[in-house]
Amino acid sequence: MTTPGPSRVTVVGASAAGLSVVEGLRREGYAGSITWIGEETHLPYDRPPLSKQLLSGAWETDRLRLRDPGDFEALGVDLRLGARAVALDARKRTIALADGGLAGYDTLVVATGTRARRLPGTDGVAGVHVLRTVEDALALREALAGKPHLVVVGGGFVGAEAAAVARGLGCEVTLVTDTAQPMGGALGDELGSMLGNVHTEHGVHIETGAMAGQVLTDGGRACGVRLADGRTIAADAVLVGIGAQPNVEWLAGSGVPVGNGVECDATLYAGFGVWAAGDVASWLDPRTQEPVRIEHRTNAAEQGLAVARNILAGPECARPFDSVPYIWSDQYDLKIQIYGRSRGADEVRIVEGSLTDRRLIALYATRGRVCAAVGVNMARALRGYRAQVAEAAVVEVESAA
Amino acid sequence: MNISIDFDKCCGAGQCVLAAPDVFDQRDDDGVVVLLHPRPSAEQEENVRQAAALCPAAVIKVEQ
Ligand SMILES: Cc1cc2nc3c(=O)[nH]c(=O)nc-3n(C[C@H](O)[C@H](O)[C@H](O)COP(=O)(O)OP(=O)(O)OC[C@H]3O[C@@H](n4cnc5c(N)ncnc54)[C@H](O)[C@@H]3O)c2cc1C
Ligand code: SF4
Repeated sequence: MTTPGPSRVTVVGASAAGLSVVEGLRREGYAGSITWIGEETHLPYDRPPLSKQLLSGAWETDRLRLRDPGDFEALGVDLRLGARAVALDARKRTIALADGGLAGYDTLVVATGTRARRLPGTDGVAGVHVLRTVEDALALREALAGKPHLVVVGGGFVGAEAAAVARGLGCEVTLVTDTAQPMGGALGDELGSMLGNVHTEHGVHIETGAMAGQVLTDGGRACGVRLADGRTIAADAVLVGIGAQPNVEWLAGSGVPVGNGVECDATLYAGFGVWAAGDVASWLDPRTQEPVRIEHRTNAAEQGLAVARNILAGPECARPFDSVPYIWSDQYDLKIQIYGRSRGADEVRIVEGSLTDRRLIALYATRGRVCAAVGVNMARALRGYRAQVAEAAVVEVESAA
Repeated sequence: MNISIDFDKCCGAGQCVLAAPDVFDQRDDDGVVVLLHPRPSAEQEENVRQAAALCPAAVIKVEQ
């Protein structure tokens, strides 16, 4: 190491991305001080099982732990849980905490992730749920135990998974989505309608192409959902799964550029000694020079590690962050996996398996170049297509079947 | 180095295979990890640490 590097790193956000930064720093030999600040009172835990194994009751909360408690001691970090950062002074290099305390840094990593978006007017309404934290998942699980009629607003990954789990628990479920198919945004028409059929076969009522206008209440409790077209659907419980928004408000006025997340350069550096990783980070994709922000679990781990390495290399020697995005979703007995960015593809070609078998691999392309590979129950074989996504390979021309 | 795996938590992401293809493989359908070498050679150790760090389900434990 030629450059002296930082001596005091502070990481805000104690979840997947923050953990990866902290472990990455130690693994790469950084011996200076690390302060790690997290709003939640729990040791870092994993979110993907919240809408899967935790919600279904297959797992209890101890299975969510990302590391054993002893592992955090071994890392030698000043871990402050239940501490919320409320403001940043980038000139003095201090972070103000909600309890009135201050934390300093010479290098800061923002890993504050995202929070669930809510429907306007639903704060504090009994029976309205979101799904982002372990508390959210436990509250929804408790509600589902009463076998309510659940209306899921939003047909994205989280909503579709929760709908599947709720059916498994014997609840009546209506899924309201503004796309033509559940997960239609990510999967497109063909795979989306296959998935829609699977949900229908399992007894989910699907309202596609429908915008949810408002949650109806009776005595402070949710009793239904009114759609934008005026129809109403009765409900005992409502899950709002309409996406997430980055936790950047605490950086307002600090000079750190924020918009749709912390706006970083291609190396995940935002200036002022501040880096960002995970769901909260928007960075310039080195391939397209466009800003992107990715809310995937593996991205959080990969970016955390990349930031740790870049911190130790210093901003001048930092390397652009480049990876193939990957996400999975488990619904009923389907494992859906996506490499790359399938949204907005203009061509979908099934290259292995078939829709009828519900076991397939499809390549998605834009303007003749592969932009994503989607697999359904073909996990091992799908990995073989990752390289085509990474290279944006030219789609081979073959006569249409 | 000794590797232990909590197979039940594996979500089939295959990050481990990308990081250490000589040590890990996956089952065909669900992609659950297959451990090829519980005691990898010295030159594979760094790759295995990388796999453990990137595994999204915190499935892979490495003991020295
Ligand atoms: C229900 C659910 C299911 C999912 N399923 C999948 C899946 O199947 N596959 C997949 O790839 N991804 C999935 N994801 C997405 C994945 O969980 C996220 O990409 C990942 O959690 C991002 O990690 P992160 O550390 O960047 O952010 P987060 O996990 O959001 O963590 C941010 C942390 O920072 C804390 N924080 C926020 N603001 C402050 C502040 N001001 N001060 C201090 N601390 C703060 C938060 O409390 C939180 O603990 C799912 C997400 C959810 C919610
Ligand atoms: S990276 Fe982890 S979750 Fe993914 S296949 Fe390997 S062990 Fe399983």
